[in-house]
Amino acid sequence: MNIILNGSNEEVSDDTHLSDIVLKLSNSSTGIAIAVDNEVVPQSLWLSTTLHAGAQVEILAAVQGG
Amino acid sequence: MGTGGAPSLSILREALIASETQITTIAMRRVNPATSGSIFDLLKELKIAPLPNTAGCYTAGDAILTAQLAREALGTDWIKLEVIADDITLLPDPIETLTAASRLVAQGFVVLAYTNDDPILARKLEAVGCAAIMPLGSPIGSGLGIRNPHNIELMRSQLTSPIILDAGIGTASDAAQAMELGCDGVLLASAVTRAQKPDLMAAAMKFAVRAGRDAYLAGRIPKRWHALASSPERLTTKVQASNSVSRSPKSDLPTISAANPEEDQRESPQF
Repeated sequence: MNIILNGSNEEVSDDTHLSDIVLKLSNSSTGIAIAVDNEVVPQSLWLSTTLHAGAQVEILAAVQGG
Repeated sequence: MGTGGAPSLSILREALIASETQITTIAMRRVNPATSGSIFDLLKELKIAPLPNTAGCYTAGDAILTAQLAREALGTDWIKLEVIADDITLLPDPIETLTAASRLVAQGFVVLAYTNDDPILARKLEAVGCAAIMPLGSPIGSGLGIRNPHNIELMRSQLTSPIILDAGIGTASDAAQAMELGCDGVLLASAVTRAQKPDLMAAAMKFAVRAGRDAYLAGRIPKRWHALASSPERLTTKVQASNSVSRSPKSDLPTISAANPEEDQRESPQF
């Protein structure tokens, strides 16, 4: 199914969990947060959260700035 | 200190250590698989508390979501609220900032609000519950120092919250001036990260902040229109018109006359 990951269209399998997506993008899970459809999903729920088609997923990390 | 603008993590590391900062800002951005090294891990190693900011947000809604993400990612309620109006001036949007501040405070955040140097807006931010007010000295990265010291002084006299001068600091004297005006601290990034020798500038800033703070606490002399002699007045008031050293019994300083009276009769040289 198609989701919007960090602003780009991304094709993922229908039973993808948030934790799978994090692994694809980063080899660390510290300093990272995820919002699905503009709602923050706590890290404790990443393993259990699946996505729907067209979901807007933002994965942000702490970077140099400010 | 801020972390923006440093050319590399290792240079940033040396500068952070030299500055002896205890709190450092970081931004939240979309994860990029290509980046190596983690600012989050660096701050943990140096035992510096991270202060996430909402840099890059133009609306209250964006800032609020970013703050929520930052709280989740870093496990802190502290947030530097930064909502800018455009990407050229980087000046804060006062209305979006005030709106976001009010809602973030209601959600339990400890809000350090980046704002302009308007004392009235600062008052309103304090009134909605911001934990600190952070006025700019001049635009971000401009190095123009404090453009309106009068306003910063006014702000200090009207607020009870901590005031942290944030943006525009260019060199050590700017940081010292901020503290002399009564600020409780300064937040700077470009002045250090973009200096030719960041670790040396970071140390300079550390000394400047301490010096400015002590000067503020020491109670400076007022500015005077005319001079005020610091040596005691001489007892004699009459200048002796002779060409020898005279010692009046009442004076406590010998007088030597300025000219030989006979020489005064000569013609002045023609110019």
